[in-house]
Amino acid sequence: MRNFLLAVNTKYMKALTNRVKEVDRRPMTLMERAYLPAIFKGMAITFSHMFKKAPTISYPEKTRPFSPVFRGLHILNRDEEGRENCTACGLCAVACPAEAITMEAAERKPGEENLYREEKYAAKYEINMLRCIFCGLCEEACPKDAIYLSETFAPANFQRKGFIYGKEDLLIPNPVTEPEAYAKAKGGRVALK
Amino acid sequence: MLLSIDLFLVIEKLVLIIVVVMASLVIAMYATFAERKVAAIMQDRIGPNRAGPFGILQPLADGLKLFFKEEIIPSFSSKFLFILGPSLAMLTAMMTSAVIPWGDTVTLFGREIHLQIADINIGILYVFGVVSMGVYGIMIGSWASNNKFSLMGGLRAASQIISYELAMGIALIALLMVTGTLSLRTMVIDQTDGTWNFFKQPLGFLIFLICVFAECNRTPFDLAEAENELIGGYHTEYSSMKLGFYLFAEYINMFISSAVMVSLFFGGYDIPILNDAHAVEKIGQNWMAVAHIFMFLGKAFFFVFLFMWVRWTIPRFRYDQLMNLGWKVLLPLALINMLITGAVILFLQ
Repeated sequence: MRNFLLAVNTKYMKALTNRVKEVDRRPMTLMERAYLPAIFKGMAITFSHMFKKAPTISYPEKTRPFSPVFRGLHILNRDEEGRENCTACGLCAVACPAEAITMEAAERKPGEENLYREEKYAAKYEINMLRCIFCGLCEEACPKDAIYLSETFAPANFQRKGFIYGKEDLLIPNPVTEPEAYAKAKGGRVALK
Repeated sequence: MLLSIDLFLVIEKLVLIIVVVMASLVIAMYATFAERKVAAIMQDRIGPNRAGPFGILQPLADGLKLFFKEEIIPSFSSKFLFILGPSLAMLTAMMTSAVIPWGDTVTLFGREIHLQIADINIGILYVFGVVSMGVYGIMIGSWASNNKFSLMGGLRAASQIISYELAMGIALIALLMVTGTLSLRTMVIDQTDGTWNFFKQPLGFLIFLICVFAECNRTPFDLAEAENELIGGYHTEYSSMKLGFYLFAEYINMFISSAVMVSLFFGGYDIPILNDAHAVEKIGQNWMAVAHIFMFLGKAFFFVFLFMWVRWTIPRFRYDQLMNLGWKVLLPLALINMLITGAVILFLQ
């Protein structure tokens, strides 16, 4: 009964897509049975591929260029005078769908005006890169242009705790004391505001 | 003294043997590298390029890795045969090189030295004998592994080689009828003076070529180690350098059978167009011999490349297709080729 149904099916059932190709089950012609013409054709194809350029990018030495909106690892931003932008408002942590961001706020003391831009700052700022989904919502939530996603990617570590990035990992180099490193970290980014 | 052996002859042959064996080992080593590179280039990839400049140290790294791998002899295998298998494969692969004329004569220290280890008058029969012994390495190894996949691989290898050796032998008989000699050296000299045997026996060459692919267990006839059905085929249970020997023997076989094909059909060390007698007068006999060796190697390398080229083009035959091709196509073709050759020779007499 099942075989009969199958036979009916294959004979009368219409194909569900328009890309169906009928299998050619005719016996091979003499040319095809000689194999050699087809073999030479195939060998010509493989030979022609010897002169094609390989699309490989030799990774550690060369990298693929990213688009300016690429979302890689996070960077905590500073202003032109080298002060941290972050005020520990917690909007990024609230916006984060993966709950990857934790922070502790602290009050700026007199004499720290060259370190922090406003009266409140993040004493501790941690992002768990294993939880992060690199959606960029933290960047969008931030009112102070303090966090953004860079073009750096593929973090590697031997332990899970190595993926929890603290402030020392996230902060951009100081533009006043290390201008070259700052420029390199900033890359081609244009502030959205 | 009845048996007075010239000491210098012994030394000369010993040096020649060592050089040929070392050379074929090195060439086989780099053939593995070439295989990977050719595969990569044909598939629009780059291939191994990390070990040394352009990856030329890759074969050393591969060899070293195989040496340092753990040597596993399965407890259910018969140990003696298990070790004998790869050794035999390697031995037979190396032995064929004895009768191949690598070049003409050189004169060193006032001695005329033929660049051939042994010029025996049954050279081709020797090649045949040794090549058909090659399958014993595979068979014994696969049998001794006591593994079903290995056994299947061994069975396939044995039946495949039996089927293709027939056609190969008959294709060669036609060639022998044309050349009238079994000595490879004489054959090459005849081709140097006249035309290459390929032009006299094109069909014979084609049959021979296909059979050589089958004898070397190379794609499209690599059913003995068909990875996707038999895991590793005959070398499933092998590890470390014993596996290395099997893999290495395949590449040596490839090189040596290329050399045999060149000697039989493509004039051996003969340099086309060039008139040898004139050239010898100009640059001397020894330099001519060097040129001959390079010419020979160049031709042989082309065939090694052909092996790889075919491997990365054609998928494997199904087992019934393999048998059909061997028995129903190649064997009759070889027979017809032999009959026609015989008739033509008879007609010309």
